Amino acid sequence: MNRSSHESRASDPGGPRLKTSAMIASLAAEGMPTKPAPFGHALCDVARQRDDIVGMTADLGKYTDLYVFAEQFPDRFYQMGMAEQLLVSAAAGMAREGFTVFATTYAVFASRRAYDFICMAIAEDSLDVKIVCALPGLTTGYGPSHQATEDLAIFRGLPNMTIIDPCDATDTEQATHAIAAYKGPVYMRLLRGQVPDVLGEYGYTFELGKARMLRDGNDVLFVSTGLMTMRALAAARHLRKDGVDCAVLHVPTVKPLDTETLLEAAGKTGRMVVVAENHTVIGGLGEGVARTLLGAGVAPKFRHIGLPDAFLDAGALPTLHDRYGLSENAVCASVKGWLDA
Amino acid sequence: MGSPSSAKLVNVALEERAHRIRRLAVRLGEVQGQGYVGQALGFSDVLAVTYFHALIYKPDDPDWEGRDRLYLSMGHYAIALYAAMIEAGILPEDELETYGADGSRMPMSGMAACTPGMEITGGSLGHGLGIAVGAALGLKRKRSSSFVYNMLSDGELGEGSTWEAAMSAAHHKLDNLIAIVDFNNQQADGPSRQMLCSEPLDAKFEAFGWHVQRIDGNDIGHLVEAFDRARACAEARPRVIICDTIMCKGVPFLEQRDKAHFIRVEPHEWELALAALDEGRPR
Ligand SMILES: Cc1ncc(C[n+]2csc(CCOP(=O)(O)OP(=O)(O)O)c2C)c(N)n1
Ligand SMILES: [Mg+2]
Repeated sequence: MNRSSHESRASDPGGPRLKTSAMIASLAAEGMPTKPAPFGHALCDVARQRDDIVGMTADLGKYTDLYVFAEQFPDRFYQMGMAEQLLVSAAAGMAREGFTVFATTYAVFASRRAYDFICMAIAEDSLDVKIVCALPGLTTGYGPSHQATEDLAIFRGLPNMTIIDPCDATDTEQATHAIAAYKGPVYMRLLRGQVPDVLGEYGYTFELGKARMLRDGNDVLFVSTGLMTMRALAAARHLRKDGVDCAVLHVPTVKPLDTETLLEAAGKTGRMVVVAENHTVIGGLGEGVARTLLGAGVAPKFRHIGLPDAFLDAGALPTLHDRYGLSENAVCASVKGWLDA
Repeated sequence: MGSPSSAKLVNVALEERAHRIRRLAVRLGEVQGQGYVGQALGFSDVLAVTYFHALIYKPDDPDWEGRDRLYLSMGHYAIALYAAMIEAGILPEDELETYGADGSRMPMSGMAACTPGMEITGGSLGHGLGIAVGAALGLKRKRSSSFVYNMLSDGELGEGSTWEAAMSAAHHKLDNLIAIVDFNNQQADGPSRQMLCSEPLDAKFEAFGWHVQRIDGNDIGHLVEAFDRARACAEARPRVIICDTIMCKGVPFLEQRDKAHFIRVEPHEWELALAALDEGRPR
């Protein structure tokens, strides 16, 4: 019991009152284009072509956009109740009987509560189950119970598991089609609700297992995944004005890593490599990239943007992204500091 | 007031407490303009009887060793617990405006590290009852006469961990453990009975070896009797009080609204909700 932290910390009464807004926290910056429920709609498109596709959730259909599928395919939708271990075990059972199962919950509950069941019932047999999880990393102000800060680390350690961390609506839609076409277990992080749509202007297409160079630049190479690619792109535009030229390599497939593209990009001399991920600095993309580079004898100046090894605060998401270094401003400040140092 | 029995007098006071807890919950909800206010309104009667009839505690010393333990397994009900703890003098009312704000001691989801009197960090649902089993074992080992009250939601009955703990509590004859189930028939995706139906719930707990009571959780008189019976019962069994409650109880226009995990409340309706509560105030 940590009573020392119980002092009253009333917020500045004069300051603006940010809302925690919790589950519905939007990731879209002002004026950013968005699309509603890209995963739900893409899954319906897939399901129209394939009747082996089924959807399952553990009382989070509304909050993982699976409700869109449930409305269009009510007889292919299974409500398992709030029972995540059962969710993934039952998904394994259906996959054994030949179905491709999309199972949804929050990232914390798949990675923490259901892990053993995913490991033995799904991954060990390489079954065709797609575990699609909302609230990845730090995307809610609800505190540690809902902040999946170590989900990538957990699933990276799991043999046979493919891991996807899409950046935006376009990425999510295309990844949904791609993982449905791939036979085997997948963990996909999900951005839900009104999801920012930013990759279109880069002529981007998702390809399973591939990293994509979104923009080139001579001073900094961002290697980023998930929503941090959005932040890296914004930071790159911002830093450009200050004369810093940034490349952004988007790595939506966290496992297996596209080592070839990575080595080629990081091998270009003179660029500081900055890995950016919405995840603890332990066990995620950063360590995967570092291992890949060192193993190949590529050793550029290397820095890492990620969450600290700590249980994080509750609060408004923009405040937390500033506090923990994920916001556009925080990314710019970190990069400038590292370049000056 | 005539000449009510002393029990009746207690009940009148408890109804007033419940009313005040409801008002505080609505005022907390207004701070963020959203939240689990429907749950808090439904659960206020249970909390009034818990804090002002059953629970042994010292408001200014939440770590007092002789206290009964109260675990809020459903961390998202924190708004309800804050309201009750403000009414009980554990939290100061003037912090109400900080609810859910950055750095507040009252985050949206209950966190033990943030709030005095919040014993565990619930919210990842299905944790409370297992921790309560351990605490009840620990209290027995210390020869303490304190009870452990574990509050859980009907959604948490879906989690296997709840039933592992239920079986264990009976196995270990934990007569110092009292589980309170808020059966509001609501979960995130819809009515609980349509998600993963836990009925007949009383029969299930009985089969698991528990002392079971199922009551109208919005009836103060029934709650008082049930808590008294749970504590006084001589059987060497854990006790459960299954409380059938009504979401948004006490604010008729919200009670009528489409049931939802997150009840929709328009900005101008918070004042109306307070007025509706005052309208129905016990006298
Ligand atoms: C282990 C776990 N799974 C899923 C969730 C997400 N979740 C939060 S509340 C909720 C509904 C659970 O039912 P209940 O607590 O009865 O809901 P309420 O009565 O408050 O609507 C769900 C699924 C969670 N918090 N914990
Ligand atoms: Mg409920």
